[in-house]
Amino acid sequence: MTTLNPSPTGLQPILNPQAHHAPGNFITKYIFSTDHKIIAIQFMFTTLLMMIVGGVLALAVRWQLAFPWESMPIVGPWLFAAEGGQISPEFYTMLFTMHATVMIFLVIIPILAGTFGNLLIPLMIGADDMAFPRLNMLSYWFMWPAIACFGMSFAYAGGPAAGWTSYPILADLAQAAPGSGTAQTLWLLGVTFIGFSSMMGSINYMTTIINMRAPGMTFFRLPMTIWGLFITAILQAFALPVLTAGGFMQVTDRLLGTCFFYPSGLVINNAAPTVGGGQALLWQHLFWFYSHPAVYIMLLPVMGMVSDMLSCMCRKPLFGYKPMVISMSAIASLGFIVWGHHMYTSGMNPAVGMAFMVATMMIALPSAVKTFNWTATIWGGKVEFNTVTLNCIAFLSMFIVGGLSGIFMAAVPVDVYFHDTYFIVAHFHYVLFGATLFGVFAAIHFWFPKMFGRMMNEKLGKTHFVLTFIGANGTFFPMHFLGMQGMPRRYADPYLHGYLEHLLPMNQFMTISAIVMGFAQILLFINIFYSMFFGPKAGRNPWNATTLEWTTPSPPGHGNFDFIPMVYHGPNEYAVVNGDKDFLMQTEKECLPSNETVATNTLDET
Amino acid sequence: MGKGWCLFFLFWPVAAVVSCAMAPFVGWSFPYDNAQAASNLGIRIDDLFYIILIVTAIVFVGTQAVLVYALWRGANNREERATNVHGNHKLELIWSIIPGAILLFLAIYQMNIWADFRIKKYYPEAAVKDPLAEVTARQFEWRFRYPAIGKKLQQKPQPDDLYSVNELHVPFGKPVMIQLRSDDVQHSFFLPALRIKQDALPGLQIPVWFEANKPGTYDLVCAELCGWGHYKMKAHVIVQSEDEYQAYLKNLTQKQFYDGLGKIAAKETGTESEAVE
Repeated sequence: MTTLNPSPTGLQPILNPQAHHAPGNFITKYIFSTDHKIIAIQFMFTTLLMMIVGGVLALAVRWQLAFPWESMPIVGPWLFAAEGGQISPEFYTMLFTMHATVMIFLVIIPILAGTFGNLLIPLMIGADDMAFPRLNMLSYWFMWPAIACFGMSFAYAGGPAAGWTSYPILADLAQAAPGSGTAQTLWLLGVTFIGFSSMMGSINYMTTIINMRAPGMTFFRLPMTIWGLFITAILQAFALPVLTAGGFMQVTDRLLGTCFFYPSGLVINNAAPTVGGGQALLWQHLFWFYSHPAVYIMLLPVMGMVSDMLSCMCRKPLFGYKPMVISMSAIASLGFIVWGHHMYTSGMNPAVGMAFMVATMMIALPSAVKTFNWTATIWGGKVEFNTVTLNCIAFLSMFIVGGLSGIFMAAVPVDVYFHDTYFIVAHFHYVLFGATLFGVFAAIHFWFPKMFGRMMNEKLGKTHFVLTFIGANGTFFPMHFLGMQGMPRRYADPYLHGYLEHLLPMNQFMTISAIVMGFAQILLFINIFYSMFFGPKAGRNPWNATTLEWTTPSPPGHGNFDFIPMVYHGPNEYAVVNGDKDFLMQTEKECLPSNETVATNTLDET
Repeated sequence: MGKGWCLFFLFWPVAAVVSCAMAPFVGWSFPYDNAQAASNLGIRIDDLFYIILIVTAIVFVGTQAVLVYALWRGANNREERATNVHGNHKLELIWSIIPGAILLFLAIYQMNIWADFRIKKYYPEAAVKDPLAEVTARQFEWRFRYPAIGKKLQQKPQPDDLYSVNELHVPFGKPVMIQLRSDDVQHSFFLPALRIKQDALPGLQIPVWFEANKPGTYDLVCAELCGWGHYKMKAHVIVQSEDEYQAYLKNLTQKQFYDGLGKIAAKETGTESEAVE
């Protein structure tokens, strides 16, 4: 590719773009597809389906907290006829365990890396497909054994009941909890499968981004989206093996009688395990060594996508491209050394707690820099308030709340009080729902035309946004107060304790908000399915955006580009004079007035 | 329509600030009397919380206000095109250094609170020499083992030890230390009123000290998922004066060793005695 002589327009015709892998029949085209765009769509529908499952589980949890021990509406009498339709405490632990599992492992991680990673990486760097298309297909199909394992674990084996953190001894010894038998083993197996899926994806993304960039696409000309996905892939490649190893150790503890995680001298259910000599704390270190970086795996791609979308919707170049890249890398590298802040109260060496505290405090810094840069990107822009913009601003607004409540968590003495209370739940829902999911909603609306060649409906999109935003704040903001009042997480009935008795009305308010939020998602699904078939047709570049994917047809065919893109400058060149347009696509070389050229060049110096 | 959206985004930070300002007056704040901690360390933790709250509130109001203002300006932008700026070195430096300095200050400021709470070297000497009780968490109850009156807590249970379940009595006004254990799974010893929390790890014995500063009955709950009955590990810590505490121990001794004939059958200390600490 590099030997080609670029034409003045930056376009090089490809003689036969579909020659390398032609779409075959229906099954090879849509089911066992090796085309990254089809795999992205497969990932999207699977993860959205899982989002319904995870959301219903969340609503069941909220039902119990608002109306404890009352029969669940509709499904209650059918599911638990024996208990009079009420949620038992055993079932409640399984509910929140599965809610977290589904949302983290089957929704947020795969919708970011799987859907948008697959869709955007080859398109944005100017490649015809992923480096390893078959591995890519396999990474999608490995989701299904994971879904099967989680499903069986929940529906047939009684459900895992040790929380998504799966702390030993509760998770490690079958007799420790009612649902902790086969269900927990299946759960661990599911995590391993989804780990394989992520691993294949991350290897593929790294290889593709490093090796298959179009001519002229240097690292500092990559769109922020690609930076986010690239750094995420690196994080995953380094952190995930640790979780897999830990999970494997727990499986051998459960099945083969090794005892990595349980010490001697326990008495569980009036029976003493015959062996011992392990240490429960070891699991926590292994688990959080993955699961803390996982927080950034669930956030960095969104940070990247929002950077690109905000810049486009405000018609302004991204403020501080290089500081944004540097802060992303700083978040990722600091992310590896702060896992201990999940363990301040765990009984690990308190001196280590201090080191973790300083590192955790410092991680707030790059996040602050990013927030300021996004705000500066909006500043002086021409904002168009469409669904994409609204969701991006919701991302920013809620990320600020989640980031600031993180400072309380980082502060060790304060964390001692807040640890395992609803304050933590508020914090991570503001980050994972407030930031990540709003970013995902924006991204779905933004790249929908590239996926299906049609635009989404604005009215439906805005209604969905308003209801979701109101519902999310109504559900998650009061959680801060619950935390302050000392309500611990994972309580089936907090009102049993005197000092929490008065919290019922607040919990009921939150549940009503959650129901609003849950039902709002129906609008998203209606919008997606309606627009897929009946939405107005989109041209190549409906948003007047600058990055490479908008030079392809919507939707692009196999092999993506009908020309070889040449890249002449960085992404996000908005607010420049270019004929009658105010933006400059990455493939466009000329049409810059001399004074604007200077402005473009400063990009490399900032 | 842009202005309407600006108002929409303005409404939420305002609602957040108003509800936070309301919180202490409607009982949404820390638990118990006037939201004040019942231990001196707890009061210091509260103070640290309020310092962080002030810092974050300023940042929250500032960033949200700037965000809404930027949107407002952007919605009314009559220029043909937006300003072409790629960044600003000076600004980047300013908004890295200022938050960095604030965060570093917060990090250093809180170190001695943490040290006083968890680093053994800083534990009050009297409490370390004479631990009050051994607390054992198990599914789903709290068990307490006190030494006999006038004796010290031993590592291993002694014949004359005193036992109680789900009710821990503690004298106020002096630092006390407990030895925290778990029999089965992981639990967490959480005293919301005193702002004390420490996980009980099976296989480890973790010392926890606290000093209650006013009498009362406080809830002791479990903060680490320990199985289906996690929510009902309900216990109380009864903080009373030293005299009342001693009277309680005497009463406990009488109840425990009452032989049915009106005599107290206090047994001699067992042979193996290995002092804790």
